[in-house]
Amino acid sequence: MLIFLIKRIANAAGVMLAVAFIAFMTFKFVGDPVELMLNEQASQAQRDELRARLGLDRGFVLQFATFVGNAAKGDFGISFRNQRDVSSLIAERFPATFELVIVATVLSLVIGIPFGVYTAIRRRTPLAELLQFVSVLGVSLPSFAVGILLILVFSVTLGWLPAFGRGEVVDLGWWTTGFLTASGRQALILPGITLSMFQITLVMRLVRAEMLEVMRADFIRFARARGLRDRSIHFRHALRNCLMPVITVTGLQIGNLIAFALVTETVFQWPGMGLLFVQAVTYVDIPVMAAYLMVVALIFVTVNTVVDLLYAIVDPRLRQDALTGGAHAV
Amino acid sequence: MRSETTTLPAPSALSRFLASDIAYSFRRSPLAVTASIALLLLVVSAIFSPLIAPQNPYDLKQLFIDKAELPPIWSADGEMPYLLGTDPQGRDVLSAILYGARISLIIGVASVGLSMLIGVSIGLLAGYFGGIIDNFLMRIGDTVLSIPTLLVAILVSALFREALPPALREPFAAIILVVAISLTSWVQYARTVRASTMVERRKEYVLAARIIGVRPSRIMRRHILPNTLTPILVAATLNLGLAILSEATLSFLGVGMPITQPSLGTLIRIGNQYLFSGSWWVVVFPAAELGLIVLAVNLIGDWLRDVLNPKLR
Repeated sequence: MLIFLIKRIANAAGVMLAVAFIAFMTFKFVGDPVELMLNEQASQAQRDELRARLGLDRGFVLQFATFVGNAAKGDFGISFRNQRDVSSLIAERFPATFELVIVATVLSLVIGIPFGVYTAIRRRTPLAELLQFVSVLGVSLPSFAVGILLILVFSVTLGWLPAFGRGEVVDLGWWTTGFLTASGRQALILPGITLSMFQITLVMRLVRAEMLEVMRADFIRFARARGLRDRSIHFRHALRNCLMPVITVTGLQIGNLIAFALVTETVFQWPGMGLLFVQAVTYVDIPVMAAYLMVVALIFVTVNTVVDLLYAIVDPRLRQDALTGGAHAV
Repeated sequence: MRSETTTLPAPSALSRFLASDIAYSFRRSPLAVTASIALLLLVVSAIFSPLIAPQNPYDLKQLFIDKAELPPIWSADGEMPYLLGTDPQGRDVLSAILYGARISLIIGVASVGLSMLIGVSIGLLAGYFGGIIDNFLMRIGDTVLSIPTLLVAILVSALFREALPPALREPFAAIILVVAISLTSWVQYARTVRASTMVERRKEYVLAARIIGVRPSRIMRRHILPNTLTPILVAATLNLGLAILSEATLSFLGVGMPITQPSLGTLIRIGNQYLFSGSWWVVVFPAAELGLIVLAVNLIGDWLRDVLNPKLR
């Protein structure tokens, strides 16, 4: 177990180092930051001074090492665009993104599981076929188009829900939340649905596939033979056995949702870190881009590693696997 | 697949195909037939857009400002020949969609082609040689997969654009997008091909080829590759839908096709600005076209996956 733990963590660290390298290279790729930060009249002395202050006069490997060291301490430098500390910029945008992701995750479970169960146990009915078709539609329409259509119907035409922003938020000091005000909750509805669209279809298809599998199992046949009611068989026996993969996938998808939130945030002008990133891309604000990349990758890698470790705790066979070849949970 | 149709005489290949399992289950699946016909119509209308579109939407001489923001033809203020209305520049929405769909499809197909080329080559190399080469190539793949693909695509696309001089950015926009999408989607092909190559390489026909001194590159291309194609075909179809969506998303975010040569994503981005002015048709129709194309591709991909899946036989 210890070897497996070390192996997984080393693996995660390796990936993070690779991501750090990509992030670091983005700085090199775009050209000289000194030229970007100073105006054209800057003197040679000013240039040299800034170059030394940014550590650009040192060797490549040393620069990379400094970058990684600083990033590990949460120091991503200063935004080119508004000259502010990047980590505090990201920290103040993080709650908005996180609340959106939570809402989308909850929606995907609350809607996806019942739909999945229904399409599995009433397989041949028209409604089940329709739901199945709608789920293909759900993966075929890009989330930004869904968001725009929702705004068109519910904000522009009906005027029921706000089309942009977070509404009123309550500042808790280290966290800002939209859950505590009416306008904050209203503002979460449309972006939440938009972001969860893909996730709902994912959960639904997963639950359906798992249910179809479980319903063929012997213990379900015995339950029927014992004369249990359908309702009890479906929900108490079958569904429970499907929930493990659903929970895993939901967990693994959190990283993806955080990344995909940037599209939803752009549509709804949602002040999260995704919107910060998209704006940074427009202005080629490299420190913000690099920091966002590393934060999202860190969340992604952490979630994956934790899920792998939990699996290894639950299922001892995987530990053996990991020693002989690659172990991939799910 | 391709080698089969070229080596066999045409009529027998066609009749063989018509008698095959795939053709049979295709005829039996109304959804697959409908999706194929729809996709065919969409593709043909996009390819021949310069011939059938009522207007060349990017020829400024054909735009009339007094025809700006006309609603679709079925509303009271609609005017011929603007079937789906016009945008605030007087551009015919239908023509813009047809031209846009062509760009979206070209980029989608090119991305799938390039990512397949990268993925299949890497998969063959890794699977055939194994050892350090395999380990190295597959670790790169793991790393790519450990970052959300959308993020990598945005980053690659933004950085390449920044590295180019401004005058070259527009002509190279499509190529940059193809590269950005391919760099994030080759891993799936590489893993699939690697897995089947590792199986094939131990089989006798490969051993025989090696003994008579066929070069490794030829063994990989002519002997192993044809035997790994089926799963690749399914993955490619499903990835075409994804590639078109990725392109649209990047263009919508402003790191894709420029306004001068808009894809469907760019059109939606433009239309989004007029959302609150009541001109819903400027954004709804490009979104609908995009949805239809991807839906048709996905339905065909789903069907193909089920047909070629031996477990479901």
